Amino acid sequence: MTGVAVKLEGLRRTFGTVHALDDLDLAIEPGELIALLGPSGCGKTTALRILAGLEDATAGRVLVDGKDVTRLPANRRGMGMVFQAYSLFPHLTAAQNVEFGLRLRRGPLTRAAEMLDLVGLSGFAKRYPHQLSGGQQQRVALARALAIEPRVLLLDEPLSALDAKVRVQLRDEIRRIQTEVGTTTLFVTHDQEEALAIADRVGVMRAGRLEQLATPSEVYLRPATAFVADFVGLSNRLSGSVNGDVVEVLGARLPLVTPHAGGAVTALVRPEAVDVVPDPEATATVLTSSFLGSTSRVTVSVGEQVVVAQVPSGRLPELPAGTRVRVTIQPVAVALE
Amino acid sequence: MAEVAEAVPRRVAGRSRPRAGALLGTVPFFAFVTIFLVIPTLTVVIGAFTGAGGRGFTPANVRALTDEYILAAFGRSITLSAASAIIGAVLGALLAYALVTAKPDGPLRRVVTAAAGVLAQFGGVTLAFAFLATIGLSGFVTLWLQEHGLDPYANGVWLFELPGLTLVYTYFQIPLMVIVFLPALDGIRPQWREATASLGGNTWHYWTRVAGPLLAPAFLGSALLLFANAFSAYATAAALVSQGSPIVPLQIRGALTSEVVLGQANLGKAMALGMVVVVAVVMTLYALLQRRTAKWLG
Amino acid sequence: MARVIFRWTVLTVMGVFFLLPLIAMVEFSTRDPETWPLLLDWPRLAEEYPALAEGILASLAQAALTSVLMLVLLVPTAIWVRLRLPRLRRVVEFLCLLPLTIPAIVLVVGLAPVYAWVNYLIGGSSLTLVFAYTILVLPYAYRAIDTGLSAIDVRTLAEAARSLGAGWTTVIWRVVLPNIRSAVLSAAFLTVALVLGEFTIASLLHRTNLQVAIEFLGKSSATVSVAVSLTALLLAFALLLVLSLAGSSSKERRS
Repeated sequence: MTGVAVKLEGLRRTFGTVHALDDLDLAIEPGELIALLGPSGCGKTTALRILAGLEDATAGRVLVDGKDVTRLPANRRGMGMVFQAYSLFPHLTAAQNVEFGLRLRRGPLTRAAEMLDLVGLSGFAKRYPHQLSGGQQQRVALARALAIEPRVLLLDEPLSALDAKVRVQLRDEIRRIQTEVGTTTLFVTHDQEEALAIADRVGVMRAGRLEQLATPSEVYLRPATAFVADFVGLSNRLSGSVNGDVVEVLGARLPLVTPHAGGAVTALVRPEAVDVVPDPEATATVLTSSFLGSTSRVTVSVGEQVVVAQVPSGRLPELPAGTRVRVTIQPVAVALE
Repeated sequence: MAEVAEAVPRRVAGRSRPRAGALLGTVPFFAFVTIFLVIPTLTVVIGAFTGAGGRGFTPANVRALTDEYILAAFGRSITLSAASAIIGAVLGALLAYALVTAKPDGPLRRVVTAAAGVLAQFGGVTLAFAFLATIGLSGFVTLWLQEHGLDPYANGVWLFELPGLTLVYTYFQIPLMVIVFLPALDGIRPQWREATASLGGNTWHYWTRVAGPLLAPAFLGSALLLFANAFSAYATAAALVSQGSPIVPLQIRGALTSEVVLGQANLGKAMALGMVVVVAVVMTLYALLQRRTAKWLG
Repeated sequence: MARVIFRWTVLTVMGVFFLLPLIAMVEFSTRDPETWPLLLDWPRLAEEYPALAEGILASLAQAALTSVLMLVLLVPTAIWVRLRLPRLRRVVEFLCLLPLTIPAIVLVVGLAPVYAWVNYLIGGSSLTLVFAYTILVLPYAYRAIDTGLSAIDVRTLAEAARSLGAGWTTVIWRVVLPNIRSAVLSAAFLTVALVLGEFTIASLLHRTNLQVAIEFLGKSSATVSVAVSLTALLLAFALLLVLSLAGSSSKERRS
């Protein structure tokens, strides 16, 4: 099975005076998994629900495989949907839940067992939802959505109600299954780590608009706007001055993501681009250091500013609080506020 | 969660047996309940099997329940209770559904649920008089209809018979249904409708395959509760029906007040026992359905 | 849109059905202009309808005494059982909810012999109904008080108080009781409303109260009885409405 192309053109959705979606354009390649990432209220769920047909757009078009489905009701769009939680029918067993869509289509029910097998729950076919854990319920929901051989798979924060360990496990599994069946997929989340880990491309949204749509590494390393830099990953906000096509921050010359007229600015610098080396001659001082596992975070005061650096944990013993350090910044492109 | 929370103190208590002194504190309560609840209940049960002289075991009273006129009274009681329960359940469910489509903490819902809580308790003499003032022979609505050439009693006065009782009972059955059925409707999640749609189902599929089966136990259970409620009711019927004893509670009144026929008192106890049995069966079924509902919609 | 039309259609039809009898009572009781002024003139009412006056006074006394007896019996027992005898809780709960499955008419059948003794020992005053009424309101009062007790951690409160040197009486009276004040109040309200509407037991045990008096009056003076019914009804409505609105607003405050 190969995926189909999906296109959202100029989608608008207004509730009273609030613009939940403000002229959203989004093109999903066949078989691609796109994650829409953003804070709550940014319009990501609205976009997904309009694509599903559960909500109407105020303006704009939805194209699936080149055909306009904007006016098609949800039950005729053939989209598999996985909700945040509690979407399984409580009076049906896992198997009956998966069969539900197949029965409506009068298709063969054998596919239900295959799907449960695919999500690793073949032994739980006769269990009722209340006899399954949260993670298992979401697997069944995924199997149910995939059973109808959907043209597009829609995942609406499917992991946010689960605890951390299950979340990572199921995230990787969703990616494996999606790659296996090749269905075009839209995944909505507010968790940046989740979006970066699972998606072919990540769309970062804010106030009903797409701020950046790019591969995870690009979004992380070359954030298009200050909002993206701030929302995706942790950033230092450091004052600097623009000089031509570089910005000078703490003595380092860093390339710019987007050109700027010049003058005093605030640059957003990733902690992992910052390095600190003990140097008794230097003016910067370690304030605190915290152990995070394989890496550690060191907070340093440089003059009036505070900079967070990420260093390998092995170097932590040489950086106790009060140590004089020299601060260096790798020359990766940065965004300005 | 409540189960877990309760289990802990119980285990602690199991280890240290309460001292006799602690038990003393409950004596007034248990003494009172024994005299005014346990003894009367046992009186009914034992009396139902006791002969006219007050001594000896006899199945005669219970066997007398199969007398034609008593069976007929039970039949009418059950018909009245079932009719008012079904009407109350259907209309109450409609009203409850109308409420859940409104804003959950809006004023409409708050006022109607509060009113339902009040009206469900409303019964007895005042309710009977309210209906006498409405559609009694000189009632407000009766007179208005007659002025417009419509006589509700053209084919005889039905207010004091089963149809009339059914109508009057509906007045407290509908609000009761709203109270007991609303939580089940609140348990229905919007995701289920959306999941049905995304799987290719339309509104008909949603109601017949998802919402219908999910609500069925709650609806049935609530209807049973309404049945028990109508079956136990006495005061409304007593105030409305002064002649004849069409239903069991009124038959019991007859047995209690007539001192003419010897042994009638224990026949009353047998009928009372019959009522308790019916109510107990209905309430057990209700509890079972309620458990299923809690699992699905809790 | 269809939903909104459906909602208002249902609400309108139901509204008419539920308001019509109340309107009819107003209309019926004002047919004789003398009726309402008479109700407001207690001495004249007591003179013209002594049975009604007696019933009203009896019901008020019954409501007050039943509330007191219910609270005295139930509140300390419920607290005590939670604190010291958790294994008895199921038994107490079962006994308290038992009257729900026993129709009042059945209870009367069993109460008749008990009341023969009551008559013999303390006489046939209508106030003796208070005993039966306490049983009748037990399920409602118990649920109200139990909900109140569940909302607070009685055990921890008691342990804290005892560690500070309080005796059991102080614990119940000064620590637990103030924390379940609203539950106690709603139990009392429910009791008053139920007692004011009681007819079955009073009528069949040959005692008087408001409802018995209204029913008796209905045979001779329909207008007055409807007017009194309406008054009693509105009083009960007001009591229960205050209760349920207060209940829902306190729930909101908690969540």
